[in-house]
Amino acid sequence: MTHGLNQHPLEAARFVGNHERARWHDGALWFVRTKRDRAAASVPEWEQLREIASQIKGHLIARLPEYLEQFEERAVGLGAHVHWAADAAEHNQIVLKLLQQHNVKRVVKSKSMLTEECHLNPFLEQHAIEVVDTDLGERIVQMRGESPSHIVLPAIHIKKEEVGALFHEQLGTQVGATDPAYLTESARKHLRQKFLKADAGITGVNFAIAETGGLVVCTNEGNADLGVSLPKLHIACMGIEKLVPRAADLGVFLRLLARSATGQPITTYSSHFHGPRPAGELHIVIVDNGRSWLRTSEEFRRSLNCIRCGACMNTCPVYRRSGGHSYHYTVPGPIGSILAPATDARQHASLPFACSLCGSCSDVCPVKIDLHQQLLTWRHEIASRHLLPLSKRLAMRVGRFVLSRPRLYQWAGAAARLALRLLPRSILYHRWNVWGRQRDLPEAPRRSFRQLYRRRRHEQ
Amino acid sequence: MHAALFVPCYIDQFYPQVAFATIDVLGQHGVEVEFPAAQTCCGQPMANIGCSDDARPLAQRFLEIFQPYTHVVCPSGSCVAMIRHHYDGLLDESSELADLKEKTFELCEFLTDVLEIEGISGSFPHRVGLHQSCHGLRELRLGSCTERMDSTDNKIHRLLESLEGIQLTELRRQDECCGFGGTFAVSEEAVSTMMGLDRLHDHQEAGTEILTAADMSCLMHLDGLIQRQRFPMRVMHVAEILAGRPGSVPATEGGR
Amino acid sequence: MSSRSKILQALRARDVEAVELPNLDLAWVRYENPHQQFVSAVEAVGGSVVSVSRQGSLPETLAGLDVFAKASKICSLVDGVERANVDLDDVPDPHDLEDVDLAIVSAEFGVAENGALWVTDDAVRHRVLPFIAQHVVVVVGSDQILHNMHEAYQRLHFNQSGFGVFISGPSKTADIEQSLVIGAHGPRSLTALLTDSSS
Repeated sequence: MTHGLNQHPLEAARFVGNHERARWHDGALWFVRTKRDRAAASVPEWEQLREIASQIKGHLIARLPEYLEQFEERAVGLGAHVHWAADAAEHNQIVLKLLQQHNVKRVVKSKSMLTEECHLNPFLEQHAIEVVDTDLGERIVQMRGESPSHIVLPAIHIKKEEVGALFHEQLGTQVGATDPAYLTESARKHLRQKFLKADAGITGVNFAIAETGGLVVCTNEGNADLGVSLPKLHIACMGIEKLVPRAADLGVFLRLLARSATGQPITTYSSHFHGPRPAGELHIVIVDNGRSWLRTSEEFRRSLNCIRCGACMNTCPVYRRSGGHSYHYTVPGPIGSILAPATDARQHASLPFACSLCGSCSDVCPVKIDLHQQLLTWRHEIASRHLLPLSKRLAMRVGRFVLSRPRLYQWAGAAARLALRLLPRSILYHRWNVWGRQRDLPEAPRRSFRQLYRRRRHEQ
Repeated sequence: MHAALFVPCYIDQFYPQVAFATIDVLGQHGVEVEFPAAQTCCGQPMANIGCSDDARPLAQRFLEIFQPYTHVVCPSGSCVAMIRHHYDGLLDESSELADLKEKTFELCEFLTDVLEIEGISGSFPHRVGLHQSCHGLRELRLGSCTERMDSTDNKIHRLLESLEGIQLTELRRQDECCGFGGTFAVSEEAVSTMMGLDRLHDHQEAGTEILTAADMSCLMHLDGLIQRQRFPMRVMHVAEILAGRPGSVPATEGGR
Repeated sequence: MSSRSKILQALRARDVEAVELPNLDLAWVRYENPHQQFVSAVEAVGGSVVSVSRQGSLPETLAGLDVFAKASKICSLVDGVERANVDLDDVPDPHDLEDVDLAIVSAEFGVAENGALWVTDDAVRHRVLPFIAQHVVVVVGSDQILHNMHEAYQRLHFNQSGFGVFISGPSKTADIEQSLVIGAHGPRSLTALLTDSSS
């Protein structure tokens, strides 16, 4: 597997290489972006909501330890159990232990990017526990042995013919069937059995309310609720940043989340769990896994505002044309390109450069994370950690040398233009000229602006 | 009124007609332009690749060179965004820097905001497609973007629309990035090219004859594709359109 | 040191500049006709709305619904539904609700901006009911339609354990090539019945 600075470009080139598919993928995600635009336009106070949401998260993150303690106290007061995990490994151990204590062999899980981040599924499977992802998109990628390519639309990269073939193979649907309604119906039947037979349900947490000790889980399919309202054990996994201070804050976030994610006014279900259900058990696992480190950084702290809506991915012209898998990280796209290097800058060094700095991501982010600015900051970080190749560093050093000396700069410019005018196409467009693969180089004028300007002034 | 002309390095070397057009437009509206010859580059290419150490001395030079002037005008949104938004990260706080940020303008915003020009006289009876370069749009807020729900005055649009006979084409995606992105154009060549081709198809379907923008870097990338892939359109910088003619460069001396 | 202590200590080691918690008491969107907005919102998400007063009474309204007529196993948490034949008191295990065709539940209020209905497990033995049934009917007072989510949270108080959910329309998914399919894992339909205070 490639990693480091070449990784995303190579994967992206492969993705783009399948022109028809890349165009289809780009179109599908752009369509989601336009739905978001329409939904946002229907809310007169949209930009105000974004500002307020950003402030609520900023306030929360500044006082995070106090709010975490408040949340724990309230949640425990309601009868929930609260566990703390410093990292992914500990998270997995805690979940495993709980499942083993309750003799759980079969688990149903609703969408949780945190559990993806911790690679929970393979870990549990190693310990002979069946984990079924119940969100339809997640179930599809699980059945294919893949990871999700988008945090909200996990199967956005898959065509219905491929789903049809997959379901035929694994669920026994008709060969060649591609009708989404038919395929969804078969998935409904298949997953219903999983819900009914599950010994425990695991969910993520969209929002945890510090003031009340409650959890909010949002789905369109109803899979989280079916997953935790049948078996007795509910395990809810959350990152430390998922809190909101007050229940009233949910009014802001629930108005922003679904509109930003898919263009709906709200998800079909926004479930509020306060304590376990009668005769049931609720275990909340609070996870750090690098988030407290991000909080220490002035520049990257705001990435903790993220409510995992995916709007940045839908608007990112690069993500749409390279696909989520090209990022090789749990969370792809603009926000993923900020979070990934925080875990391993060397491995994920190409991600902050997988960006044309267009700034659209920052404009759609419901919690106003300065995404494109943080991507640029990561580039400075990567350079200062000496992770850029020698050729690039040398080129910049030479550039600075030349550009600091007007005479040298003019000479170099004249030489470059001369070369462009004189060299034959076979040399100019040799394969080392990456620019020149599909584009022509600019035509080189004989004289630069400043030469012509000097001449004109001389003549006057 | 006097203003210093800040000419981005690649315009100086490859697109002199854009700089001359800028001088013309300003001159037509009573602005006497001076070109401080010591200038070379604002440092953006270095900064964008993360090499702040290499960008810093160039930023410092720039600050000193343009310090004596009351206005600095530049036919490039991205270079102006570098000065106004990113020099803070490179240089220490100072009254000179604060001053520089306040007095440096992209050409179109200089016309609409400082000179308060409502419209440009002249005719340009062509189907023109405006490419909204990202830095100008999202950092300098030269116009509204489709993803934001607040509206901003569309400065470039307004100036172009005032020309007699001009027809601004309607695109499917009004403000998607062209894919230049600086070194991105080379380091992510596949995606960069696909993005550029998508823009050109959009313009082609919209009937664009002349593709324009306030940033020559976008146009350099798009023109490279137009030439190689033989799209039926040509590029002109906004300054050239507003000047009423493609600069005052005699045809034999280069330019197109 | 426990992970709890480690994490809290790591957070406390860093002083982060305070940001004021914003006041939410602002002039949020209000509708000239919240009732109409609610109906449009529910319909836009694939649900339907029927006004009970127009039909006469709750039983009469239900009788006119296709999902009611076709249902053989009906569980109603609302009184006065004669055909209801599943009583939660007789169902010790929520798994046994898997073949319920129709669930009739009540909502405390609805929200005009997004067609959401607030349903709780207050006095409900099995909160899985509105999710596991094939179809769901939600009864709500027509004078209990709030304008927006902020009003909703002003009304909600979470000072004891319990479960509540905003339900907006039937369950759905677009996970297969972005084609919207109504009826994912939850109910295939949602019908909101708006009652008068007299009904």
